[in-house]
Amino acid sequence: MAKELWKGNEAIAEAAIRAGCDCFFGYPITPQSEVPEYMSSHLPKAGGVFVQSESEVAAINMVYGAAGAGMRAMTSSSSPGISLKQEGITYLAAAELPCVIVNVMRGGPGLGTIQPGQGDYFQATRGGGNGDYRTVVLAPSNVQETADFVQEAFDIADQYRSPVVVLADGLIGQMMEPIEWRPVPKRQLPAKDWAACGKKGRDHTNVINSLFLNPEECDALNQRLTVKYAEIEKNEVRWETALCQDAEVLITAYGTPARIALTALDLLREQGIRAGLFRPVTLWPFPEKALGEIAAEPHVKVILDVEMSSTGQMLDDVRLAVEGRKPIRYLGHAGGIMPTVEEMIEAAKTALKEAQ
Amino acid sequence: MLKQIIISGFGGQGGLAIGKNLAEAGMEQGFHVTWAPSYGPEMRGGTANCSVVISSRPVGSPVFARPTELIALNEPSLEKFEADVQPGGAVFVNSDVVTDRVRREDLSACYIPCAKIAEEVGNPKVGNMVMLGAYVAKTGFLRPETIEAMIAQMFTGPKAKFVPLNIEAFRRGMACGE
Amino acid sequence: MAVVYEKSRGLTDAELHYCPGCHHGIIHKLIAETLVELDLLDGAIGVCPVGCSVFAFKYFNCDMLEAAHGRAPAVATGIKRTHPDQAVFTYQGDGDLASIGAAEIVHAAMRGEKFTTVFVNNAIYGMTGGQMAPTTLIGQRATTCQEGRTVQQAGMPIRVAEMLSTLDGCVYAERVCVTDIPNLNRAKKAIKTAFQKQMAGEGFTFVEVLSTCPTNWGLTPVKAVQWLRENMIPYYPLGVIKDKGLEVR
Repeated sequence: MAKELWKGNEAIAEAAIRAGCDCFFGYPITPQSEVPEYMSSHLPKAGGVFVQSESEVAAINMVYGAAGAGMRAMTSSSSPGISLKQEGITYLAAAELPCVIVNVMRGGPGLGTIQPGQGDYFQATRGGGNGDYRTVVLAPSNVQETADFVQEAFDIADQYRSPVVVLADGLIGQMMEPIEWRPVPKRQLPAKDWAACGKKGRDHTNVINSLFLNPEECDALNQRLTVKYAEIEKNEVRWETALCQDAEVLITAYGTPARIALTALDLLREQGIRAGLFRPVTLWPFPEKALGEIAAEPHVKVILDVEMSSTGQMLDDVRLAVEGRKPIRYLGHAGGIMPTVEEMIEAAKTALKEAQ
Repeated sequence: MLKQIIISGFGGQGGLAIGKNLAEAGMEQGFHVTWAPSYGPEMRGGTANCSVVISSRPVGSPVFARPTELIALNEPSLEKFEADVQPGGAVFVNSDVVTDRVRREDLSACYIPCAKIAEEVGNPKVGNMVMLGAYVAKTGFLRPETIEAMIAQMFTGPKAKFVPLNIEAFRRGMACGE
Repeated sequence: MAVVYEKSRGLTDAELHYCPGCHHGIIHKLIAETLVELDLLDGAIGVCPVGCSVFAFKYFNCDMLEAAHGRAPAVATGIKRTHPDQAVFTYQGDGDLASIGAAEIVHAAMRGEKFTTVFVNNAIYGMTGGQMAPTTLIGQRATTCQEGRTVQQAGMPIRVAEMLSTLDGCVYAERVCVTDIPNLNRAKKAIKTAFQKQMAGEGFTFVEVLSTCPTNWGLTPVKAVQWLRENMIPYYPLGVIKDKGLEVR
């Protein structure tokens, strides 16, 4: 199939349409506004519904309504807007509604900057709203993956009746790259016989709800969710490695820093330093076991975590996976500054020197 | 082969489009490419630049500190990026707008009066094609036929009449770069 | 034996949890009867709020969604846009609609979303225990204005039906109450008109129902009705506030 040059944000929108997205609700915010822009013109032509909502809060609740009524629903935003959606996301998780939420992250906290960031890792992977819940988080690191993951996200959401987050960043959203519109693996999906779409002869009413005043009922919901999350952890964890087989310094990174790291690996190896990359593809479930095993290999001397975050957020998960078996160093920028290849090389060399 | 190109100018000057054309041509010839814009509130009038990578290997970082070539459409762009260009690299200067010269002696400089040539060709809007031609001729890794086929695809239907004009501008630019 | 009266099949058999003298039950019944009479029940989808009527999903015999506080109009937008041929309604109280959900209701009305909102205004927060609502009257006591609401502290109460009627997308707005049979009949007619206009695709339709809260007002059910008549109706006048169809005619 011929390659086409696509901008990340437009690929997100087109991928959703190809995945049979019935409706999109969104609010403008840089650097993701091309998603609603593309949707506004292309989704109605494909028979879907586009509404520009009055706020991110309204958009996620429109998703709740449409998803609750059985539709494939989606919203997208960028960091501050995703914060506003958290109320809706916890309700979606509690009511077990499938939907796709795209976060094209920018630097924070607060209004922050419109340049790329990765400061929403905790929010995405720990369940950013109230209560005990998780959302599947897919982290693409190029435009092709972004297009693939958005399509797959709808199936994952439907399979588990759960919101799925595609966590991209401003660079992936704004950049162009050749992609192929290749078929993504299709899943066997359960019927949406729970949807509140009108009884139409059904002998009972369907109710979409997240309120259980009786503690036993609320506990039962939580137990059901726990079982579901265990199932997702078993089935859906994904990661990718590059040059890990003999790596003495192991870089951990996701999204944009992971692809920048690929260039750094090549240059480090040219200088005789055996560097490898471990890239979590699902941030939740986190590939804890896989990373732990690689980190435990005797050839790995040190781990260097790189993120577009000042304090390091995935760093916590890396630490949990490595369990203190190897030293961990951190390289991070926030505020919209991306780590450079040169910095990564320097940091990798320093980390290795310190470990030896 | 690894080309890291920065195209920079005022917003609205067409730098992002030149970058996109280069990326597209690279893709057509089977290279791995990325195009990454600076983005922000400066939609018109501010400085806008994009980073293009054209590589025979998959592209890791789409952004880079040291370009192999710089296309400077305005003076601030030359000022900002000249120092970053890799030794032996090339700088393409839009000499209608930029009066400064390239200071470094380890770079090859190419001065192209894009607007003047565009007007000679008959349309001030085709200045970008002149610049593209100069880049293609000077660097030699993109085939002129690739660009000309792309131009034919860019303008179809009632706009097809613009094809000869753009090809003419592109060829005049090539003459400047050779 | 001839059946003289029976419970609407638009309602389930679940026992209502509302306090004695509260009007929610009556208002539920009017909506349920309307859905049955207009033959809309089987396709109807309702959205209930956070507030005393949070459990309305147990009472209406149609598919229901429980929304986050104030977000029912956004939820209904998502439903109606994807199910344009089915009857969709939100059922909301004054805290839910006029306070935390003010943006959602205004914009749904602005867009002319083709669903019906039944707004139950009892001038107080019921479920959380009698706090001041945006519709609490000046001088009325609540647990967060224990000496009575003042203009200095909280401004004047909001007249939602009038406010929404300024928006072109809102084609029908009426304020009613259910304190006696003639008013109850008018309320039923208003709700029916709203659903008819919704199904005709005219735009956003809105019925505000003044209601009692004997528990939090600290009055007997009978006295509460009297209080509503004497205090609420003068500030919240009854009647059709907007009917775009009539304007066109």
